[in-house]
Amino acid sequence: MFTEMNTATIDEPPTETVVSRSWRAKKHIKGKPVNGTKESCDTRAEWVDHVKRIRDTQDQAAFAELFQHFAPRIKAFLIRSGSDPAMAEECAQEVMATLWHKARLFDPTRATVATWVFTIARNKRIDVLRKQRRPEPEELGWGPEAEPEQDDVIVLQQETAQLRTALSALPDAQRQLIEKAYFGDLSHREIASQTGLPLGTIKSRIRLALDRLRHAMN
Amino acid sequence: MSKTIKHHLTDDLLMAYAAGSLPEAFDLMVATHLSLCDDCRARAESFDAVGGHVLEQQGQPVSMSDESLAATMALIAQGAPTPKPARPGCAVLPAPLQDYVGGSVADIRWRSIGMGVKQAILPTGKDATARLLFIPAGAAVPDHGHNGVELTMVLQGAFSDEVDRFARGDVEIADEDLEHTPVADIGEDCICLAVTDAPLKFSKLVPRLFQPFLRI
Repeated sequence: MFTEMNTATIDEPPTETVVSRSWRAKKHIKGKPVNGTKESCDTRAEWVDHVKRIRDTQDQAAFAELFQHFAPRIKAFLIRSGSDPAMAEECAQEVMATLWHKARLFDPTRATVATWVFTIARNKRIDVLRKQRRPEPEELGWGPEAEPEQDDVIVLQQETAQLRTALSALPDAQRQLIEKAYFGDLSHREIASQTGLPLGTIKSRIRLALDRLRHAMN
Repeated sequence: MSKTIKHHLTDDLLMAYAAGSLPEAFDLMVATHLSLCDDCRARAESFDAVGGHVLEQQGQPVSMSDESLAATMALIAQGAPTPKPARPGCAVLPAPLQDYVGGSVADIRWRSIGMGVKQAILPTGKDATARLLFIPAGAAVPDHGHNGVELTMVLQGAFSDEVDRFARGDVEIADEDLEHTPVADIGEDCICLAVTDAPLKFSKLVPRLFQPFLRI
């Protein structure tokens, strides 16, 4: 029912005929492509729209596409983190079900869908593999009466794409250590030497998004 | 949300929180601080973005079983897990701490440890300890050093030591090198969350815990 092109916009509501063109227009806002290459799927802004469609209309087709992309990555992540394949399969399904149930909490001005999926998968890993509770900060949500600005969503996608580029350009040894940290292979004491990542810009962007959210909440 | 926080969490704690490798007690400290501090929340969420990148760029995604999507839809059809009970707002305890206390500041099960000082150990994993401390206005905690890392965050009132003054939301990070004598402000009783990955050690042979600092 939904193809790549007609889901590729973050405009709302998507209309079948003009959508692909408006996406191309959005893609070059302020001269920066929203999605670097065809392959760097996580920065494609349309995942944001997929989540919104799940939130607003319980759209199973949108969910199926998200599932196809993310579930195998979640499963690989959990296996790499020490899970056996059967448990990783089961947990990946649970992570995707959580995505469905918590769609209203996703804030595209502070995270890409890939980042958000990572946090759910990480919490599942702590819960299942480490058998530990995961305290999370007080939840902040835009709620039904306020929606984030589309431009803020686009800029966050762009910042994330730039972060990806910067991380990919790190020396191999440092990149591998970062991966080990996020796969849960480094203790919290070993992580101490891994700070100094190029996070300044995206951090400022998220900080601004939090200010706007606080303003909307008040 | 407090706008006056001066003492923040370190990048390595925030990265370890994002990577999911902290003991539960430290996760609780970070989650509590992030509930009060949007600067640190933004830093923590930027470390989450690194995790999103790691998840996304894995060389070899592992295919799911054929029936996995149908199984997930069946899981979804069972409905969302029961949401946590809505808690009334609490001016002292941010949401993550309310979950551990089971309510608001009035529900803390304090145990006296002498001289008006009270503590409540929170139920976390055993690799580190989290407890709430109640220090009467004007009271002091005797000189003590630390075996491991100890983080103390103020929830109500304030305390001062050789390092600085710490008020609501401020975190003091003490390691092996710090020997200090925290003293609560006289204006208000001080409530803190303290987490450590090792037992406290006191400098004096018989620790005269929390001597009154001012006779008021």
